[in-house]
Amino acid sequence: MAQTLAEQILSHAAGRPVQAGENVVVDIDLAMMHDSISPSIIKILHGELGAERVWDPERIAVVVDHVAPAATIQTAEHQFKLRRWVREQGITHLYDVGRGISHPVLVEEGMARPGMLIIGSDSHSTGYGAVGAFGTGMGSTDMALALASGQTWLRVPETVRVQARGSFRPGVSAKDLGLSAARKITADGATYQSVEWHGVDFLPVSDRMTLATLSIEVGGKAGIVPPTGAGWEAHAARRGLTVPEWLRVEDGAQYSRTVEIDLDQLGPQISVPHYVDNVVDLRDLDRIAVDVVYIGTCTNGHYNDMAAAARILKGRHVASGVRLLVVPASSEALRQASADGTLEILLAAGAALGTPGCGACIGRHMGVLAPDEVCLFTGNRNFRGRMGSPQANIYLGSPEVAAATALTGYITHPEDVVG
Amino acid sequence: MARIWIFGANVNTDQIVPGRYAPYMLKDDSELRKYPFVEARPEFAATVQPGDLLVAGPNFGCGSSREYAPLALRMAGIGAIIAPLFARIFYRNALNLGIPCFEADLTGALHDGQQVEFDLTNGQLVADGQTIQLPPPPTFLQEVWAAGGIVPYYKQHGRFPGQVG
Repeated sequence: MAQTLAEQILSHAAGRPVQAGENVVVDIDLAMMHDSISPSIIKILHGELGAERVWDPERIAVVVDHVAPAATIQTAEHQFKLRRWVREQGITHLYDVGRGISHPVLVEEGMARPGMLIIGSDSHSTGYGAVGAFGTGMGSTDMALALASGQTWLRVPETVRVQARGSFRPGVSAKDLGLSAARKITADGATYQSVEWHGVDFLPVSDRMTLATLSIEVGGKAGIVPPTGAGWEAHAARRGLTVPEWLRVEDGAQYSRTVEIDLDQLGPQISVPHYVDNVVDLRDLDRIAVDVVYIGTCTNGHYNDMAAAARILKGRHVASGVRLLVVPASSEALRQASADGTLEILLAAGAALGTPGCGACIGRHMGVLAPDEVCLFTGNRNFRGRMGSPQANIYLGSPEVAAATALTGYITHPEDVVG
Repeated sequence: MARIWIFGANVNTDQIVPGRYAPYMLKDDSELRKYPFVEARPEFAATVQPGDLLVAGPNFGCGSSREYAPLALRMAGIGAIIAPLFARIFYRNALNLGIPCFEADLTGALHDGQQVEFDLTNGQLVADGQTIQLPPPPTFLQEVWAAGGIVPYYKQHGRFPGQVG
């Protein structure tokens, strides 16, 4: 029987053919834990479960990204203890302060690969679907059980198919496709389900991560882009990766729903406070003045995102009274931007640069918002209080919209500032 | 008697416990008890009583995977959460911590502050003399609740729910 990508990966992980609706116990290929949640995972692992060692120190990645570098004595102490624990356990994959956000880092390192089952202590672990992996977020207790046993249990999800057709118009990009899908599927429309993204073979892996990370914002358990097409081939060639022969999009696979999106007709999308699926066409939005433009996160802090912003900002300067914060998703993205002049354009335009990592996305440091401040954010959540004050307003948009908005001081269509 | 706390749709984990109040950010883990709904409903943490029930609209607990959101509710002694649909990660986390979650839409049938009788074993609420039967969860979930969460369950059985051998 034809299977979805989620069914194929979970069948492989379960060691037998499985289909949507079944509860299965599966072997994990990779477990990711980050600084914010690691203290509680370690406490449960040793204190409650009584396990002394992790199941396989080679299959665990520890990333310091959520408060990086440490902002308080408290977080510094947690990170100090985490590094000691990593040494004690013999874990070799530690990505420390400045390396970047877990999801892009594990993709860049070639640790996340097609067909893998990856669990992470972060809801945006769906992002590993950028390389055709089944990535899913879990809480501290599930993570601790996985570290002890190398396994987890889950229900094989049904799949929502997003079918894109055509190609992006100028100034429109993967974020607009992702937000358009959120608008159609709604915040809980894919709950307990996987989201498969089709018609995006042309997208580079970092843009696929935009889609894969946004999959959780419609409730997705995973968000998988088939590892095919030019965008995938470029990544695979650079990292020496192959696709397992059992992982193929199959005709006849059963989808609970198909959502069609015509890219030729798609304009910039904006997610309006305080829900991600509260999406409107930018053209239908009133004039919204902003205080801060923030380019970053695992959704849109990649090299391609900075480069897209730089193409619009080149030779110009952000509007008076607007702060432009750029927090690269990874050190590799930052180095690439530095090497080809992208960074110089951003800095010349007035951008302030942060350490690669999660930055202000969880409202803890590096640019939190004051009451009544308005932010145009390239991230993935505009929940009330997400980036700081619950009285702040967060609008989500693409890097292109972010750049155009930085130039004018109000939420702006890229075509309005491109001469 | 249990007090009913009514919440709307799409209550996200940033509303339950903002990331700024994570145990990672606190001097002591026990401080988390002060912060459930600290901004969304500031009176909640100080007035909630053990056994109280949360009754919410769909997609309760969406957003982050932070287990400290349901953990803060467990520290507050919440007896059960009733919503027509739970976000997946929250549902797992709540199950793992032994917090009963029932899938039902009672936001229109009950009101905030109402006192009800609640029988967890039978999944029944008695409100103003009327009995409301909650849909029974699958047996394996009830076994996890009965064990007090997934960790005690795993230690007792040496396996995950539904796993053979």
